[in-house]
Formats: sequence, structure tokens, C-alpha cells
Amino acid sequence: MLRPVSNLERELVRLLGAQRVLADPDSLLAWECDGFTVHRSRPRAVVQPESTAEVQAVLRLLHAGRVPFVPRGAGTCLSGGPTAGERAVVIDLLRMRQVLAIAADDLYAVVQPGVVNLDLTAAVRHLGLHYAPDPSSQSVCTIGGNLAENSGGPHCLKYGTTADHVLGALVVLPDGRLARLGDPAGPRPPGVPDLPGLFCGSEGTFGIATEITVRLCRDPESVRTLLAAFASMRDACRTVSDIVGRGLVPAALEVLDQSTIRAVEASVYRAGYPAGAAAVLLVELDGPESSTAEELEEVRACAAGHAALRIELASDPAERARLWKGRKGAFGAMGRLATDLYVLDGVVPRTRLEEALARIAAIGERHGVVLNNVFHAGDGNLHPNISFDGRDADQTARAMAAGNEILQVCVDLGGSITGEHGVGSEKLDHIGMMFSPTDLEVMARVRAAFDPDGLCNPGKALPQRAACAEVAKWPQMVARVLGEGEGPA
Amino acid sequence: MACSPDPRLDLAAYARSLDCVHCGLCLPACPTWQELRLEAESPRGRVYLMRALAEGRVADPAAVRPHLDRCLDCRACETACPSGVRYGELIEATRAALERTAPRRGAAAWLVRTLLWQLVARQRRLRVAFRLLRAAEAMGLRWLGHRLGLLPAALAAAPPLPSQRAQRPLPRGLHRPPAGVRTRGVRVALFTGCVMEPLFGRVHRATLQVLLANGFEVVVPAAQRCCGALLVHAGHADRARELARANVAAFAEADVVVDNAAGCGCALGEYGHLLGDARAEAFARKRRDVTVLLATEGLSAAPAPCRARAAYDDPCHLGHGQGVRTAPRQLLAQVPGLELVPHARPEDCCGSAGLYHLLQPDLAGAIGRRKAASLVAAGVDLVLTGNPGCMLQIDSHLRAAGCERPVRHPIELLVPAT
Repeated sequence: MLRPVSNLERELVRLLGAQRVLADPDSLLAWECDGFTVHRSRPRAVVQPESTAEVQAVLRLLHAGRVPFVPRGAGTCLSGGPTAGERAVVIDLLRMRQVLAIAADDLYAVVQPGVVNLDLTAAVRHLGLHYAPDPSSQSVCTIGGNLAENSGGPHCLKYGTTADHVLGALVVLPDGRLARLGDPAGPRPPGVPDLPGLFCGSEGTFGIATEITVRLCRDPESVRTLLAAFASMRDACRTVSDIVGRGLVPAALEVLDQSTIRAVEASVYRAGYPAGAAAVLLVELDGPESSTAEELEEVRACAAGHAALRIELASDPAERARLWKGRKGAFGAMGRLATDLYVLDGVVPRTRLEEALARIAAIGERHGVVLNNVFHAGDGNLHPNISFDGRDADQTARAMAAGNEILQVCVDLGGSITGEHGVGSEKLDHIGMMFSPTDLEVMARVRAAFDPDGLCNPGKALPQRAACAEVAKWPQMVARVLGEGEGPA
Repeated sequence: MACSPDPRLDLAAYARSLDCVHCGLCLPACPTWQELRLEAESPRGRVYLMRALAEGRVADPAAVRPHLDRCLDCRACETACPSGVRYGELIEATRAALERTAPRRGAAAWLVRTLLWQLVARQRRLRVAFRLLRAAEAMGLRWLGHRLGLLPAALAAAPPLPSQRAQRPLPRGLHRPPAGVRTRGVRVALFTGCVMEPLFGRVHRATLQVLLANGFEVVVPAAQRCCGALLVHAGHADRARELARANVAAFAEADVVVDNAAGCGCALGEYGHLLGDARAEAFARKRRDVTVLLATEGLSAAPAPCRARAAYDDPCHLGHGQGVRTAPRQLLAQVPGLELVPHARPEDCCGSAGLYHLLQPDLAGAIGRRKAASLVAAGVDLVLTGNPGCMLQIDSHLRAAGCERPVRHPIELLVPAT
């Protein structure tokens, strides 16, 4: 079928070649959504640049035509971050997948944004190093996406989230100019703002990082992974509080509830979790051999003290991988329960986990939705998962309503509406639960410092009304710093 | 959003697409995603497009068809999918629906249909065709055609045919263990398929020899036909059903059916789904790969020694398709002198995938080069894999990498010393 070719499409093809520009509307359906399938919209085109210069050329073109655009990695985001509005062009960064440099002694690497999280670890494993932040989707999600979302993961309890591991970035600004944020060398000089920190978690609204400098961590001398099964969620939560209360800092503290366990055990990610248990707690300890051995005994005592049904220690790396495999496949495994899955992400103070879970269960019951919990217990980061049939408007509405109330509970208990999945398009209506209009206006001003024309992932992360505030004049300091980093354009 | 599924795609297949919750864990398992890094060339993207097709949201099915065509049907995504999406069934049903409602036109489509309907499914014609091809190759016609630019890219890129001396047809009927071998009192029926005999006739002879030496009685039913896998993959399910019915009847007497080509075995195991009747279900239950039979029953005849560093590469339709990964390795471990060496990503497709290497030569070539590179890096001097297409593809890419190594079917190493 012949299709009229737009000028924009022709220009994009001129820059990248026909192979790396997709504009056929039917094929573009595949880019309609990320892991948050409730919000869908088809982009105007998808382009796949392969270098910083190509990203610059594309952004200059789009900026000149005032065409909005959205950077995208592997599309495993759970809040609609990389879902493009209908007028927007998706800048798909998956072909920028080179590890550019590895500085083993200085413990950092420079990567392109499309490098898959786990591939980075694979590239430095022979040096006894790894990249610490480990989202469940780490086998597919990209470092660029992790940077945009400030992604977390089980091991962020001890090692911190992506923000703690990004040292710098080369960023193509929305007008196509180049800015260098941060520096891997040494501590930040006084008076210089933490621009990588500012950029990290900006959900693709500040520009496109094309070279990212990340911290590498040395592999610990020893790792011990323990599974404890409990007859009640209460016992599991109290064990968690007990462990943290004793001053232990495990590398990870994860909890799966009964229905999650069942879904995982029915899937190819089956890990041998005890089917009868109401909750399973995964504890990982790492560090010097002597200290993990001692800590292990303490953790064992905590679990036993809260009537653990079964305590199992992974005896070798294969068994450890098996225990983790179930946890990492948990979201996907819930696809067995219904056609759609709403993966929520909220935070409560760890000491209030038990109360939060009880209230969440009540909300689920009141709305008549199927609800499971799998969460990073150590830092109170909850992931209530609602299974529903997206083809049924009533079910979808009930799932969304339950989600809304759950996030309100998180805020009421002193927590947050997102721990690691971001605001995206999903939580635009919820962000006001946490921030005042003035807070939001400050954020909008920062954003405008990077993207004064509002072309970069518009309609995400901040409600439009906050962005409407008068924002263009304020951030001269930031602009100056950005300007200094500009390379030959 | 309430959508009524397009009746062109059967409802069972549509329901399967709904099992996908868009988590994306299948992406890195997919060879075409690894190569092209495009969502539309990933399992998740293809499931999404197939669902959109079924929901009638695709304006022009011809636009999304190339993405579905580029799927190898290797099923690696099924191994990776936590949600249990039965991707193979989904893509095969979608291809069949497209073939039914919008049959392809043009010379290439005609050629494929002719190849599938008139040649592959008919043993005698196929044998003659291979004889002609070998003769043409011997006369240098392919080289000439290539030099003159007369050969379509697909044929120019096709792997060279393995040399094979003229052989007498595989004897049909009943074979008993030779004198001196203790019989197990188990009779198995051997499925011979279409291309294995003209390409690697030695594999059938080795299979027969190993089974007999290990005390099995073997019957080779005369009325059997091609398994139909290539037809199913190409969306010609109706034609495949004819073959399936013939095979179910041909093996009606057998208690156990053994096969030695992963692609055939997988298709035979799915006859229940293809035909949807009890006889076909029963047939599917009684068939197994020859390595599974031997690994469960145990070898009684020691294989001949073979001093080599070897890599075992999982054929997709054995590993992903049938979940058979340990049986061949366990048997090969019993070959005296054989050292099994690990190589990177043994479960990845080699790019052969039935007719795929002819229809998508560029992509199949890139995927084949990846496979060859991982084998070369492992530094092996023998490669083992249990499917004729894979044997051919791996052989040709090892040659292209300047690293020619013998490629054998595992059963060939289980032949006892004489």
C-alpha cells in the first residue's frame, strides 16, 4: 500500500538511512506502550541513531521543527515513561550498545545508553567487578533507561540506586547541543552542582545521555543467600524489622507473598519456593567471609525467632541463581493470572510494612481486584501487583482506583508514590499527593533549564500545569554550567 | 477498551496472545532482536502486533507481515517467558490466518509453495531433486550462476550440500538385533522424515545401528511421510494436516516412535494440537527423540572411542521445543575419549530454521556467523547437533569463518566399535 511520505520522515531518512527510520503506522503499533500497558499511544516515527553525532543531528532537526520526542531503551519501564504521544518521535537507543571504556583500577566504565544492564556486568566479570543496581528486568533493561528512571533493584538496599552509581554523562540537550555533566575523577569540587544527580531520574525529560560513566563495584569475597518461609506475612515483616533493627545491612531483603510464590512456581522461573508458605523472605549477605558467616547466624536466629517454617541456605552459585531467578521472573509470572498486570510501586517506612500490607489487602478486597505483593522489604519499597483484564472497562477502572488508594496509603504512612519505577504518565495525578504546587514549580523550572521548549518527553513526570509556570528566566546558573560543557557542535 | 477479535485468527490463538503482560524478559532470548534491536523484531513486539492483527487494529496486514516473516520460530522466547505464552502456536496460527486471508503472490511465493507442496512432502521427488542439485553443484553451475549474477541471493547464500555417496534406500520393514546382542523385547518405529535421508543418510543408518546394537527391534514403516513442520511454519496448516493424518495411520501399530531430527520431533509432538483428536494425542505421547529413548533406557553397547574436544549445540526444536537438553549430553558423556567443551549460548538458534536461511539470507547469515564465532572461540574440533538443517548451517558458517570442523549428529558417536 502506498503511503504519503512526510517531509519529516524524508529528512530523518536523509540523516539515518531508511533502515533506521520506521514510520509505517502499523509497525509502529509495537512501540505503543512499555510495561505499563494501560496507557498506549502510537508514536509518529521511531528512529535508531548509532552515535552521539546522529542523536545531535536528529534532535537539531526535531528542535527546528518543534517536534516533540521521547528517548527509549528496552521498553521495560513500568510507568509509561517511554510511551510517546502521537506527535512525538521515539529516539530508540538500542543500537547504541557499546561499552566504550573500562577503567578497572579506577572502578568505572563508560557506556552507551543502549547497553543492557546485565551485559555491562558480563563485560567486567573477568575483572572481578560488577555493576550493582539490579532491576528485575536487568537481563533486558538498558543503562540509559536506568539512568532516566533512577532504577533500583534488590541490591540497592546496601549499594544504593542508579543515582549512586552514575558519575557523569555526555548529554545531547533537546536543541541538539552537547553538555558534559559530572566527571569520574575524584570528589565533586565545592560549588559545582551535582548535575549527574539532577539528571538521574529525570525520566527522559532533560535530554538524551549518549555516554554514561558508571561506577563499578568489586565482587564481594563471599555471598550467602538464605530463604526463610513463614506461615504469615506478619512473621516475615517482623523478621525484616528485626534484622535491620540489629544493625545488619544485608545486600538484599526481599519478600514474596503466597500468590506470587504460586505464580512463580507455575512458571519457567520456578525456584523451589515452598508452595504452602504465606510469605518467603530472601536474604542476601555479602562481604568478607568472616563477617557474612557471623551475620548469617544472626539472620537465622531472627527468622527462627519469628517461627520460620523453613530456612534454606543456598549451597553454591547455581542454587543462589535459582533462588534469585524466581524473584526476578515474578512480575512476568503474574501474567498467568490475568491478561494485564498493573505493577505498582510505592514506599512506606520499613517499620510500617505490616500495617501497609494489611491496608493494601483491604483496598484490594473492597475493589474486588486480584492483588499480589512482592517487595524490597529492606527499604520498604512495595510492589503491589493488580491482575486485571484490560479489555474490560470496569475491571480496568477498579484496578486503577485501587492503585490510587494504595498510593494514598503510602503517602499517609509517611512514604512515597514511587520508589524506583518513576512517575511517567502513570502517576501524573498522584504526584500532587506528595508535593505542593511550589515544589512542583521548582521542579518545572529545573526541567525548563534543560528543555525550555518543552519538546523532550512532554507530558511525563510532571503535570502540565506545573510546567506552565513562568520558568524560562530563572536558571541562568545551570545554563552557564551546561554551556561550558558544550562540545564542538 | 473492548475489542472483538478478528475472526480470521482463531480464538484459541488470540487468547494465547493475551498471556503476554509486556514484561520484556523474552527480548534478549530472541536472535532477531539481538541482531536488529527493534521492538517489532522481538517476541514481545510480534505478540503485540499479532494481537493487534486479531483485534482488527492493523490497517494493512502486509505492513506487519515482514516482522512476522523474520521470526525464526525458534521458540527461545518460550523458554524465557515467565507468563507461559505459547508463542510457537501463536505465530503458526497467525501465519496460517494470513495465508488463508491474504495468500502471497509473486514468483518467490510460488516457488516456496511448489517447494513445500510438490517436493518436501514427497520423498521420491525430493530424492531426485537432491540428486540433480548435487550434480549441478559438481558441474560448478552454482559457482557459474553466482559469478554471472544469475542466482537469486537466497540460493547464492545457501550452504553447500554435504557430499554423500549414492546409497541404497533405507530398508523398510522390521530389523532385529544382530546375533549375540541381547534383545530388550522393545520394538520401536523409526521416523525418517524428508531431508535427513538425502542430506545425511548416514544419520539414519547410525540410528538404526545404535538401536539394534542396544537390543531394540526397529521397524521402519513404509507408509510414513514428511512431518509437515515446514508447512506449519509457513502457514500451510491444512496441507500439514494431510501429512500428519498419514503419519498417525502409518505408526498406528507402534508402541514407541523414535525420531532423530529435532524439527520433525517437535512437529510430531504437536500433532495433538494440529489435528485435535485423540489418536493424534496418543501418537504425540508415544514419540520421543532417539537420545531421550537411549538416555532413559540406558546404553548397553559401549560407543566406540572418539578422541576429540567437542561442543554440543542445542537444536532449538529439541531444547526450546521439546525441553530436551540433558539426554544428548548425558549420552555423549559416555563416549570414551570425548571431551565436551562449553561454548557461549549453545541454546541460541543457528539461523537455519527450516527454509528461513533461504528466505531471509541476510539475517540467517548474521545469526549463523554469531553461532560459528561462539564455536570457534571455544576451540573445539568437533561439533554435535541433532537436526539436519542446523548441521548444514553450522558446517557452512564454520567454513566461511575459515574454521572447518566436522559436524555430526550425536547418534553418530554412539555407534559401538565393531
